[in-house]
Amino acid sequence: MAAAAGLGLRRVLVLASRLGQLRAGMGGRLLPLAAGPRRHAAHFTFQPDAEPSAHGQTQKMNLFQSITSALDNTLSRDPTAVIFGEDVAFGGVFRCTVGLRDKYGKDRVFNTPLCEQGIVGFGIGVAVAGATAIAEIQFADYIFPAFDQIVNEAAKYRYRSGDLFNCGSLTIRAPWGCVGHGALYHSQSPEAFFAHCPGIKVVIPRSPLQAKGLLLSCIEDKNPCIFFEPKILYRAAVEQVPVEPYYIPLSQAEVLQEGSDVTLVAWGTQVHVIREVATMAQEKLGVSCEVIDLKTILPWDTEAVCKSVVKTGRLLISHEAPLTGGFASEISSTVQEVDALPDTRSKSVTGKLCELWHSPTMDPNLHWKKSRTLHSNGRWPPHHLPSIPTEY
Amino acid sequence: MRKMLLAALSRVLQGPAAAARPVSRVVVASRNYADFTSEATFDIKKCDLHLLEEGPPVTAVLTREEGLRYYRTMHTIRRMELKSDQLYKQKIIRGFCHLCDGQEACCVGLQAAMKQTDHLITAYRAHGYVHTRGTPVREILAELTGRKGGCAKGKGGSMHMYGPNFYGGNGIVGAQVPLGAGIALACKYFGKDEICLTLYGDGAANQGQIFETYNMAALWKLPCIFICENNRYGMGTSVERAAASTDYYKRGDYIPGIRVDGMDILCVREATKFAAEHCRSGKGPMLMELQTYRYHGHSMSDPGISYRTREEIQEVRSKSDPITLLKDRMVNSNLSSVEELKEIDVEVRKEIEDAAQFATTDPEPPLEDLGNHIYKNEPPFEVRGPSQWIKYKSVC
Repeated sequence: MAAAAGLGLRRVLVLASRLGQLRAGMGGRLLPLAAGPRRHAAHFTFQPDAEPSAHGQTQKMNLFQSITSALDNTLSRDPTAVIFGEDVAFGGVFRCTVGLRDKYGKDRVFNTPLCEQGIVGFGIGVAVAGATAIAEIQFADYIFPAFDQIVNEAAKYRYRSGDLFNCGSLTIRAPWGCVGHGALYHSQSPEAFFAHCPGIKVVIPRSPLQAKGLLLSCIEDKNPCIFFEPKILYRAAVEQVPVEPYYIPLSQAEVLQEGSDVTLVAWGTQVHVIREVATMAQEKLGVSCEVIDLKTILPWDTEAVCKSVVKTGRLLISHEAPLTGGFASEISSTVQEVDALPDTRSKSVTGKLCELWHSPTMDPNLHWKKSRTLHSNGRWPPHHLPSIPTEY
Repeated sequence: MRKMLLAALSRVLQGPAAAARPVSRVVVASRNYADFTSEATFDIKKCDLHLLEEGPPVTAVLTREEGLRYYRTMHTIRRMELKSDQLYKQKIIRGFCHLCDGQEACCVGLQAAMKQTDHLITAYRAHGYVHTRGTPVREILAELTGRKGGCAKGKGGSMHMYGPNFYGGNGIVGAQVPLGAGIALACKYFGKDEICLTLYGDGAANQGQIFETYNMAALWKLPCIFICENNRYGMGTSVERAAASTDYYKRGDYIPGIRVDGMDILCVREATKFAAEHCRSGKGPMLMELQTYRYHGHSMSDPGISYRTREEIQEVRSKSDPITLLKDRMVNSNLSSVEELKEIDVEVRKEIEDAAQFATTDPEPPLEDLGNHIYKNEPPFEVRGPSQWIKYKSVC
């Protein structure tokens, strides 16, 4: 059975990369230039979810508008809520805070100078004193000066004070992930660094509908949360989103598509890629994939993923961040310890059963994607090598 | 001279056919460069001082040769930036592109005062500095377009260019300042009488690590000149809205500082000479604030007019443009003529065109280079690509 399982999986592995070639053949839109690199369309097509009926009137919104809506709801209901960060006053570099300063006043929506460590430290202080603090870090790549504040201060405040103090009303938002032209410092996915830190929560939505619900849950949550927003989806993802507030629970993964042969796990932008792969796998090779959107990285829904792997017997995790120490390794090692998996499988799990890599479904010519997943940590900005996908 | 005029006069009197030929052409064609003066002295703006008794001199001597050289270099940088703008709009350059037109006097002035063996490090608005530190324009443009003829082999792009004694080209603002102090420490340690010029912007001036660096540099008397290029806007935020104290030259607190008119190349040169002398004599670091201006927005995706008015940009362009300032000075004191400078313009334009041609036709780096330069390792090791069957060799 293990052999069969291994073989079955190997089929999937091969399938995945061949799919990438098929997609290239079926043609992303190629825009040849007289000189210079060729540009392809984005590496996926965003599929909107169905309009929800349970939360009242909806409005067509893209990702940044759904974030604005969530922040608007928060500022109107919570008189202690404040939003701050670099350039948030005029609306933010991604337009996430447009109109809020005019509506709620400059004492509630204000700019900070260029100092991430200061922004987060300040945010922790605001939260400890009892206000709801929503701090924006302009790009997730710039969060590292604030790493000490997040890990050493925010995450440990409740614990070290014996629950006397906490900064639970702090939420940090940051644009996250590849965008096609971001290179080294505008494309990073640092969720794995924060996954190693108990005391905070890390959440990554895949769409406007998810983003608003999850962001409102993060703000409500009594723990400091980091909310990463996939920047490539800011304009590309459009859905009907309820105008009123609604909450999507944290630490609950969602099974987007039931399947029986293999479990595909991803979060953020990559969910859309693996959804496409799942469709192609079904059409071309008759492989039934179960697609899971993890949503919350820390604390993650171990039960949902393990339950799915027990059902299908195979797991494939895909993320943009580098392989070594990436969050996939955490998921993989946890799944391998599950008792419910039969012995024969658990043996092959260590090497063959549980495979994880990044963007296997990419057109193999999408070198910029591959370059970011180099084995030994590689962060590299070949943003002008051939075949770069266009930005939205 | 008289013979010339006589010839001109006779031609004029010869008749309509000859009269149609403009006399002035004859005069210009035979003018020789011995007519120019060899040097001139100019008054420059006095610098504001912090913790200093005396500042840089208020007059500067400019020789004809220096003037022409500065003019050529500034004009090259200006044309190069405008060319990059054009190539970006044609989508031949992609990614991020931060242009420094308007700030040419800073790069050329600093280079005029420092030695080639001195070191310089700055943030991402670096194209001018890359050039003044010795990289030819064609390599810079090729780097912008991502070709292997680029100075970083096409792997760095606009924000990550490096050159001889030029340490980049850094993306995270403020992070290059402790690096600069480290370079200064190495200079002091090796005892080769070198200094390090560490640049940052008005936005980055509020980063915590800069103050940590000030402390270390002052404590250990490092030969480091901290230079704040204050172009009044940190991306879209004006300095008044970002900083409690906009006197950036005083922000070093215990470090002496000078505030310099960054649009006047002579002012920058004299101030840098003064600061370099201070550092080389072992007195410790110094802080310079260069008051300058950028015409373009923060980057190519910023139109640059939502946080400042077009009138403001126009005003600076007409009153304080560094190239025009130098040109006027040179022409008015007979160091050069408008025509000679125009000739330089034409040559520079051609040079930029050739460089752009190279930049658009040079091949891109090969795929085999993808895994290189991650670690220094012998022998080369294999690096995994996005799937387990794709491997790249990492050579360094």
